[in-house]
Amino acid sequence: MKITLNGEPRDIAATTLADLLVECGLNGRVATAVNEVFVPAAARETHAMKDGDRIEVLGAMQGG
Amino acid sequence: MRAFYGTTLANPLMLGTAQYPSPAILEAAFRESGASVATVSLRREGADGAGQTFWSMIRDLGVHVLPNTAGCHTVKEAVTTAHMAREIFDTPWIKLELIGHTDSLQPEVFQLVEAATVLTEDGFQVFPYTTEDLIVGERLLAAGCEVLMPWGAPIGSGRGLNNPYALRAMRAEFPDVPLVVDAGIGLPSHAAQAMELGYDAVLLNTSVARAGDPVAMARAMMGAVEAGALAYQADPIEARDMAEASTPVIGKAFLT
Repeated sequence: MKITLNGEPRDIAATTLADLLVECGLNGRVATAVNEVFVPAAARETHAMKDGDRIEVLGAMQGG
Repeated sequence: MRAFYGTTLANPLMLGTAQYPSPAILEAAFRESGASVATVSLRREGADGAGQTFWSMIRDLGVHVLPNTAGCHTVKEAVTTAHMAREIFDTPWIKLELIGHTDSLQPEVFQLVEAATVLTEDGFQVFPYTTEDLIVGERLLAAGCEVLMPWGAPIGSGRGLNNPYALRAMRAEFPDVPLVVDAGIGLPSHAAQAMELGYDAVLLNTSVARAGDPVAMARAMMGAVEAGALAYQADPIEARDMAEASTPVIGKAFLT
C-alpha cells in the first residue's frame, strides 16, 4: 500500500496505524494524525490504513 | 503570585527550550536558573527517536511543561497540534500561537479567539499568545482562557517592551487574571520592567539561548524577574520631573 509518512512516499505492509508505527520504527512517544485529522493513541490499533493516506507522526521538540 | 489554572509557580520565569548551542547548555540553563516552566513543541519524528531523547531530558528537569502551537496559521492546524501535544506531553496546558503576519509574527487574534473557544471546550487550559489589545483580552477570557500572554515585542526581536503603556493598562483592566509578557525580551532589564508593571511571569527564549553564555543569561533573567516582582510588591515611588532632596535640610550647619 502506498502512503505518505511525514511528507515522504512509502510502500508499507501494515494495515493499521499501530502496525505502521512498528513497521517504520516509530516506537517511542509520538502523536499521530491521518489526512490532517488527529488519531489518538487508543484508536491506532483499529485505525485501518488506506491507499494514499497522508500520515503525520510527531514527537517532542525544542520550542519557545 | 496569581495561580495559573490552579498551579502556583515557584518563580516567574518561563523559559523556552529552542536554539541553544547544545542540549547540555539547555539543561544547565534550566538547572542553574531554576526556571519553573519550559516551553516545548512538536515536529515530525524520525526513526532516530530524537524527540524521545529530548523529552526524557525535559521530564528529568522536573519543571512544568508548556507545549506550544508555534508556526500554526489556521484554527484547524492549531487545534490538531494542541491535541497531539496533549498526548505527547501529558498536560492540558497549551501555549496557543496563531501567527497572522510573516515578518512580525503578530498573533492572528480573530482565529486565536476561535481556537481558544474550541480548545477550552475540549478541556485544554489555554495560554494564549496575544497582543496588548484589551478587547481581544476580554474575548479570550470570555472564551474560557484564565491566563493572557501579551507580546512585549515581536518574537526573537529582543526589543523589550514596545508598549509599556498598553501593558500597564492591561494589568489594570484585568486585576485578577494571571498575565505573562511573552516574546520580545532581550535583556534582564526588560524582564524586570515587565514584573515591575505587576505581571505574573515572563516567557523568553531567544535572549537566553542566543546569548554568548546562555547559562549566565538565564541566571541574570531569573535575578531580574525576582527583583522586578519584589519591587512591584514594594510599591515603588512615582517618578517626578524636579529634584527633591533626600538628605534633610533641618540641622544643616551654617558654613557659608
